[in-house]
Amino acid sequence: MRHFVEDLELLKTKLLEMGALVESAIQRSISCVTQKDRGAAEQVFMNEAHINAIEIEIDDFAISLLALQQPMAADLRLIVAALKINTDLERMGDLAVNIAQRGVSLMEGPVVKPMIDIPHIAGLVQSMVRKALDAFVHRDADLARSVLSSDDAVDNMRTACYHELVSFMEQDPQHIQQALALLSITRNLERIADHSTNIAEDVLFLVKGVDVRHHAEVQL
Amino acid sequence: MMPAPTKQPSSEIKTAAPAAANAPEGEGKPTMESDAKLCATNLNFFYGSFQALHGISMQIYTNKVTAFIGPSGCGKSTFLRTLNRMYESVRGSRVEGTILLDGQSIFDVEVSGLRRRVGMVFQRSNPFPKSIFENVAYGLRINGMYEDRAGLRDSVERSLRRAALWDEVKDKLNQSAYGLSGGQQQRLCIARALAVDPEVLLLDEPCSALDPIATAKIEDLIFQLKSSCTIVIVTHNMQQAARVADNTGFFLLGRLIEFDSTTVIFKTPACKETEDYVTGRFG
Repeated sequence: MRHFVEDLELLKTKLLEMGALVESAIQRSISCVTQKDRGAAEQVFMNEAHINAIEIEIDDFAISLLALQQPMAADLRLIVAALKINTDLERMGDLAVNIAQRGVSLMEGPVVKPMIDIPHIAGLVQSMVRKALDAFVHRDADLARSVLSSDDAVDNMRTACYHELVSFMEQDPQHIQQALALLSITRNLERIADHSTNIAEDVLFLVKGVDVRHHAEVQL
Repeated sequence: MMPAPTKQPSSEIKTAAPAAANAPEGEGKPTMESDAKLCATNLNFFYGSFQALHGISMQIYTNKVTAFIGPSGCGKSTFLRTLNRMYESVRGSRVEGTILLDGQSIFDVEVSGLRRRVGMVFQRSNPFPKSIFENVAYGLRINGMYEDRAGLRDSVERSLRRAALWDEVKDKLNQSAYGLSGGQQQRLCIARALAVDPEVLLLDEPCSALDPIATAKIEDLIFQLKSSCTIVIVTHNMQQAARVADNTGFFLLGRLIEFDSTTVIFKTPACKETEDYVTGRFG
């Protein structure tokens, strides 16, 4: 039994290592866009393979635990949640790569529009990622719920940004390329927020045993 | 009164105190749900001065498999043995409370009639020192449940088929039952119990002495039998309870700590004691 408990701790540690790498990738991809930091972009690209490798390692380990230990109750929920969180984190890493690629493309020309909304969205998204991972570490259902409530704010900011960029393109078609890159960045940030929401939902499943996906009407 | 097991998994972990699974001792009249076959209310059981069961209240549902789990000495087998008054052969034993079978108290009926309706299979297979045929025919003979020799043969064949043993023994029905393997002997005991068409089958750790293949056959059999029989099984093997049972009750120190659908018990149990037991933290 003690051996199994140690294995579960190892699974959590691996997942947190993955979470730290992904958080760092998101942070660097945002620096690439807002600070024109090409070096940060390079690090994001380099770390992607590492994130992918850890994803496979965690999946293998979790599946072995399911097969060999036949976990029940809280242990079962932890392993199932870890498998799902692992997938979400890997996708967040991919989205950080997308953002860094757009950031690099934006470096090729002069900035024609001051960047105000994207840093706001990025700040909120990073906060969601941090809270979702903290909620997992501390098994904090309240913190997980606060992530769910932040998702709408990100969606609203992204919609406002979209309308502004469409209007910008209509006024000056010469800058469509740049506006499309900015649209893609906001879209990728919003998707990172969605994955953070998924992680928060997995944490609620882990801690409370409830399924709140797809706005399920569940009394928390 | 204990809440009925949910037919669907509960949506959220409850925070019931362990005692909440049991009705208050000494009060409440038995109320049987329409789909329940057996209903125990405030059941206390004593071996002499030792109280082995404390205020157990539970509904056992018709054509469902109900499993009892818990550490050794928790009272699950004792409770199982109260359901057909098997404890009566134990000197100094005493029971308080009510158990209803189809709404009628099991204590108000003649015990052999009760055991015909509520059959039992034990941990260790215990075939009689007779032929395979006579083992199954025994209950039919002593109860006069056949019209002629052909009818007796038909009933024996039907029971052996229900116990998934017919194909393996049809050519050696007159050989000693002791020549069968452990798994076959256990299925023979199930066939013997089934011969008198019981409405409830009590299984007390039926697979504990069997290998995984024989265990899988008994589990398949349980799954098939539940369409015609209500099954109650005591098992130390939690994976077995998870595989075969619709509802599961967790016993500890003579109390029913939690009773719910098997999915809830093994995925999101309400009580910490249940959680600790099913995750192997104690027991």
